[in-house]
Parts: sequence; structure tokens; C-alpha cells
Amino acid sequence: MRNPLSDEVVKIKPSGIRKFFDIVAEMKDAISLGVGEPDFDTPWHIRDEGIYSLEKGKTFYTSNSGLKELREEICNYLQRKCDVSYTWNTDVIITVGGSEAIDIGLRAMLNPDDEVIIPQPSYVSYEPCTILAGGKPVIINLKAENEFRLTAKELLDAITEKTKVLILPFPNNPTGAIMEKEDLEAIAKVCIEKDIFVMSDEIYSELTYKGKHVSIASLPGMKERTILINGFSKAYAMTGWRLGYACGPKEIIQQMTKIHQFCIMCAPTTSQYAAVEALKNGDEDVAAMCESYNQRRRFLMNRFREMNLECFEPFGAFYVFPCIKEFGMTSDEFATRFLEEEKVAVVPGTAFGDSGEGYLRVSYAYSIERLKLAMDRLERFVNKLREEKKNK
Amino acid sequence: MREQILTVIEKNSRIDIKELAVLLGLNELDVANEIKAMEEEGVIGGYHTLIDWEKTSIEKVNALIEVRVTPQRGQGFDSIAERIYQYPEVSAVYLISGGYDLLVSLEGKSLKDISLFVSDKLSTLDTVLSTATHFVLKKYKDHGTILASNKTDERETFTP
Repeated sequence: MRNPLSDEVVKIKPSGIRKFFDIVAEMKDAISLGVGEPDFDTPWHIRDEGIYSLEKGKTFYTSNSGLKELREEICNYLQRKCDVSYTWNTDVIITVGGSEAIDIGLRAMLNPDDEVIIPQPSYVSYEPCTILAGGKPVIINLKAENEFRLTAKELLDAITEKTKVLILPFPNNPTGAIMEKEDLEAIAKVCIEKDIFVMSDEIYSELTYKGKHVSIASLPGMKERTILINGFSKAYAMTGWRLGYACGPKEIIQQMTKIHQFCIMCAPTTSQYAAVEALKNGDEDVAAMCESYNQRRRFLMNRFREMNLECFEPFGAFYVFPCIKEFGMTSDEFATRFLEEEKVAVVPGTAFGDSGEGYLRVSYAYSIERLKLAMDRLERFVNKLREEKKNK
Repeated sequence: MREQILTVIEKNSRIDIKELAVLLGLNELDVANEIKAMEEEGVIGGYHTLIDWEKTSIEKVNALIEVRVTPQRGQGFDSIAERIYQYPEVSAVYLISGGYDLLVSLEGKSLKDISLFVSDKLSTLDTVLSTATHFVLKKYKDHGTILASNKTDERETFTP
């Protein structure tokens, strides 16, 4: 029989997060700090609107691009929060999570061998999606001394004649890094000069702890070369509803919609009705969840300081990214031993790119009680490792 | 600062001040002083424990009583409310808008206890026109906390 598989797909490495979760699932009393998903339930009024839409029998497909009302609300929201104006009927597409938007956005833009610049550590999908779209990933290894922000110099060094798209994943998973306005202005200047497009993944935009999030699309000359991706999973604790969106120049959105209509048809209808409610009346919920995350972030940073564990202060998302280089082992070794000896699961930084070596991703989408327990175990483990090192 | 502190301690009054300061990114001494000031000003009236008595062997009966009264000249409802809230078995008294005037929350050992209180003490007050007693059969949620649930972390593992 012939090989039934695509070489291109077989070559793609599975995600590194998986391995740990498989072990955690087996271990009964393990504490996981590995999940990248809010621990809150979707606010009740949002769930209620979803239920109400079902009761009223709103169970049909929506238009391919998504409900008109939702697209209008998204435009209002982006105007209000990020100061960018989009036109609902030409510049917006509702997708199945932000992840679909990444996929179809790249597919709509890339020609064979176009280069896509991907700053890492970052979310694991950008690289495989680029490859599957026929593009060539070019990795920038972000540096701890820059607080894992992307600098104009790093970007310039990575640009070639074939560069077409820059992926800009801030606030960042897994580092928690943010890009402030001045940082973005420097990047925008390069993008305009070199005529490259930006795919700005702003899924964590509501979770920032040092001033309001700034979208690169709001900077002069950038809206026409930016695909802004966002969604409902992180801000409104709506992961399971699978709903995101992309906004951008109408030529790109039009082609994205073409791919979307053939592969997906439309995003889930119930989720779309619930999302309208989220955008209309969800600000207070977002603020309350954000305050909780911020408290946990401060708690973790304080514990790291107390145990003398190096960690730059992250101001976004719900992750901290402590450095474990002092122990002289790889992220993978550290995470494996930590799981085996203290039964706490964290994700090795290398799951998000080679530049994650020497770091761990610790999610704080967990209650303070759970974080306390995990930090007590981490402190014990860190002290043990330091003892071992001394006695060597 | 006050709103931040109150929001946390409303849910967890046992949190220690050092930890509270860390969570809020504030100075420990400032937090301690602010709490003390709020205690003195009566913003913080006390620190109570939310108990689900159902789960103990101790019998308790709760009732909510609607009370219609005649307000008194120059004092409105205040003096009658004061007469009612002095009783130790009364756990809360609210002045209410709508069809009746005062809502009295009562805690007793038995149904009889509560009936006796209503018939002997409450109804016999001069200004009380009528009462309607509602016994609490089950508490689902109290002080913002759901009593009946034992929710676990149901998030499944997934990639990425």
C-alpha cells in the first residue's frame, strides 16, 4: 500500500506541552500549573444569553463572516478599547477561536517561500501554521534582558527580501511580556519602511497589569498592514465556546472569508449570541477577573523573590516565566524532576521555542490556595537542588 | 485602596495583613492602618464566619418575617426597628420598600421557638399591624457563597 500521509504534516512536531499533561493525568495527587485557560466560569449573564438564544430556536448557521450584530459590537469594542476604527461589513470575520484566525490569515497572505517572522518564546501554533500555509518561519529569539519584548534591531536583523509577515504575539504566552506604545512605535516604523505586514495576536489584550493594552493597528500607517486577532476565550473566560475574530484590510479579510466559508462555514451560532452580550455588558466581569489575576501575579512574584528565584516581572496574560539556569539543568529536566519529586506540573520553556531554554511557564489561572500549595513545594524543591549543588 | 481591601476581605476576612498587602501590591503598614481606620469608623462592623449549620448536628431554624407597622411621629420606623433588633434571636432587620415595612430575619432552635417569638413578642408590639412568617427550608447561597456545591476543577488537558 502507498504511504497514506502527507510528508509535510508528518514532519511537524507535536506540541511539547502534551507530554507533561499525559503524566499529570496519570498522577492522582499532582497539582497542575500547566493549563493556559481561565479558571473562572463564563459570567452567568453571558451563559444565560447563550441559553436564551437556544430557547428561542436560534440554531441556524449565521452568515459566513458572522452575525451582523456581533461584528458591529466588535467594531464598537475596538474603537472604545484600542482606538481603531473598522467597518463591520468589510473588515471583520468571526472565527472558531483566535487559532482559526491565525491559520486562515496566514493562508490568505502567504505565497510559497514567503518568510514569516515569529518571535519566540511564543504560542506553539504560529510555526506549524506558517509551514502548512507554505511559508517559511524565521525565528527571533527574544531575550530576558529586554523583558522578552521585541526590539526594532532584532526585527531589522531578521528581515530579508522574502519577509512578508511579522507575527506579533503580545501580551505574550508563555512569558507574560507586553509591548508598550514606544516599543510598538519602533516596530511599526520598521514594518512601514520594509513594507511588511503584521499579524497581531492580541488574545490577552484585556489582561494587562501596567496601563491599558495598545494595539499596533492604532498607530499611524499600521491599520492597513495589520491583521488584528482577538477573541473571547481569555478576556471573558469563554474558551469552550470557541470564538475569536480577525480585523484588517478588506482585501485580506475577503480572502480569509473565502477559506473560512469552505472549511468552517461559520463560527458556532450560540457562541456568537453569547459574545454579543459579553461585549455589551461584560466590562465589569473582565475588570474583576483581571484584578484576581493581578493579585495572583503579585503573590507569585513575591514568593519567587522570597526563594531567590530569578524572574522578570511580567505585566500581561496569566503566566510568569521564572529562570532556572542557576540549577544547571535543562527546562525539561527541571520540569520532569519537579513533577516526579514534588508532583507539580509546570511547562518547560522549550515547549515555546528554543529560546525558552532555562525557563518555566507557570500559569496562574488557579486559585491562590492552589498556588500557595504549589509554591511551598517549589520552595522545598529549589532548596533541595541548591543543597545538592553545594554538596557536589 | 479601601475598595480593594474591602473587596478581598469581604470574601476572606481571615487573610493575614502581610499576604493582603502582597496581593494588592501595597505597603503592609498602610494596609494595617487603613483597616484599623475602617474599624474605628465602623466601615468594618465585624468579622463573621459563614457556617452551613445543615452540615452539623446542631438544629437551627431560620425564618424571614414581613412586618407591617405604623410609623411614629418624629421617628419614622427607627424606634420600632430598635425595639425589634434588641432581641438576640433577631439576626437582621431591614427597612424595605414595597408592600410591607420591615423584614426581620430570625434564627431559632425550632419552629415552635420562632412561632412563639412572633406571637408573643413581635405581634404584641403596639405599632405592629401584621406579620407574615416565611420559614427557610434550604439555603442555596449565602453571603455570595454557594453552599450546596462542591465544584472541582473540570478543565481537561489539551494541546497546545
